[in-house]
Amino acid sequence: MSKSINQIQDEIIEEFAMFDDWMEKYEYIIDLGKELPLIADDKKTEDRLIHGCQSRVWVASEMLDKHLVFTADSDAIITKGIISLLIRVLSNQTPEDIVKSELYFIGKIGLQEHLSPTRANGLVGMINRLKSDGLKQLTS
Amino acid sequence: MSEFNVNEIRADFPILKESVNGKPLIYFDNGATSQKPRQVIERISSYYTHENSNVHRGVHFLSDQATNAYEQARTTVARYINAAHSQEVIFTKGTTDSINTVAFSIGETLKPGDEILISGMEHHSNIVPWQMLCERKGTILKVIPVTPEGTLDLEAFDTLLSERTKLLSIIHISNTLGTINPVEQLIKKAHQVGAKVLLDAAQSIQHLPIDVQHLDCDFLAFSGHKVFGPTGIGILYGKKDLLDSLPPYQGGGDMIEQVSFEKTTYNGLPLKFEAGTPNISGAIALGAAFNYLSSLDLQGAFQHEHTLGTYLRARMREIPTIRFIGEAPETCSTLSFLIGELHPFDLGTLLDKQGIAVRTGHHCTQPLMKQFNIPGTVRASLAFYNTTEEIDQFVVALERSIHLLS
Repeated sequence: MSKSINQIQDEIIEEFAMFDDWMEKYEYIIDLGKELPLIADDKKTEDRLIHGCQSRVWVASEMLDKHLVFTADSDAIITKGIISLLIRVLSNQTPEDIVKSELYFIGKIGLQEHLSPTRANGLVGMINRLKSDGLKQLTS
Repeated sequence: MSEFNVNEIRADFPILKESVNGKPLIYFDNGATSQKPRQVIERISSYYTHENSNVHRGVHFLSDQATNAYEQARTTVARYINAAHSQEVIFTKGTTDSINTVAFSIGETLKPGDEILISGMEHHSNIVPWQMLCERKGTILKVIPVTPEGTLDLEAFDTLLSERTKLLSIIHISNTLGTINPVEQLIKKAHQVGAKVLLDAAQSIQHLPIDVQHLDCDFLAFSGHKVFGPTGIGILYGKKDLLDSLPPYQGGGDMIEQVSFEKTTYNGLPLKFEAGTPNISGAIALGAAFNYLSSLDLQGAFQHEHTLGTYLRARMREIPTIRFIGEAPETCSTLSFLIGELHPFDLGTLLDKQGIAVRTGHHCTQPLMKQFNIPGTVRASLAFYNTTEEIDQFVVALERSIHLLS
């Protein structure tokens, strides 16, 4: 059986506990961000774009065997690194679990600043999109 | 007045002693807002502790005190910018509010087909009010192009300026590029065709001596918070005859002479343009900011800033793949840049982790970003309390960020 959302969140929290300072933490996030694009270029369309003031985020989702699978990308590496964490937590879960999930790992690993509206990096919009995609599946 | 000494100046700004992410704060986001000297902070506190009252209406002691302090602040600002009369100084919420005031009031006197001239390097707040005016009144917005090095295309300006131009509204120093525009020359030429000129001094009031009579601008707009005063207060300067001839912007208390349901008459300057209870503490503290500036060796402060700006550009040129956005011959200590393909957001985030505050993004100049075909820039904007040591640390932090991201 695959891991639950909270199991994955706890795993990430444990991984980040190993880092001593911001630099190691960000090096890890940047490494995650540098990995291949998480979304195909032809899927970077306007309707999949979440407008942030600073960095742009694209999100696509599809249903596979009762589970919602997300792909996403951003033009900024740090945003992309955080996205890959979010995808790891929420992708391949049931719409129901996605909708009711509480994303506590972001605060626990010290990235809550990226969710403040002033950062305007599209992440808040992205989380809303992931959840609303889940909700659409539930109500359709 | 003693000779300019940056360490003494820094002692006046309590926030400069703060740490951010465990590092001493290096504040290079002065273009967004300046920090406040204790003289300004204490003035706000003492106003609310000893003088708080509404202005222009009470018969009691406190109201007199508050009114005197408020009007004294107006005089202080008028003297600093060398206005001919203190009634020419209107308290507003900030630059945006000042520009909107002019756009509405002068707009009421314009006819369809009349032209407003702005430039391609304007802040959104000197674009959108004119677009709204054009929608309301059928006036036409013309835009002076910007050259690739980030200066105004003066030949194009000569072509665009005509008898149809009723107003030139132009940024003095570009908040994005740091370019200092040749406004004296522009104002002279605009006046030759009978156009009025509004100068957006949001980024120049804190970097250059401003003398409205010498400049001969018809209006001048700036924000208090960018010139070491509080947020929520700004200035609209206008020539007296001109302001007298324009209709008021907003209606309400303070701006009236007599109100009846049959006919209301308006107050004279400056209150005609100050509807409602004003930002009293803000105005008084802005006065304190200008008193503070006047107490300094300002020439020395501006010279120090110039030295910093030159040093910053020289140090930044050492970074491989650096690209300056804006390379005008005349710039202030504001520098926009990009490094290789790195996203400004990533650089700004990593600089923040090292205690350095810069601005990243489009700086409310999306048309300019479009022209340079970039999503945004990283902008370091300095003030006279910054130091060459901070610039050195900034370059080290930047190199570390580049290394992490590459």
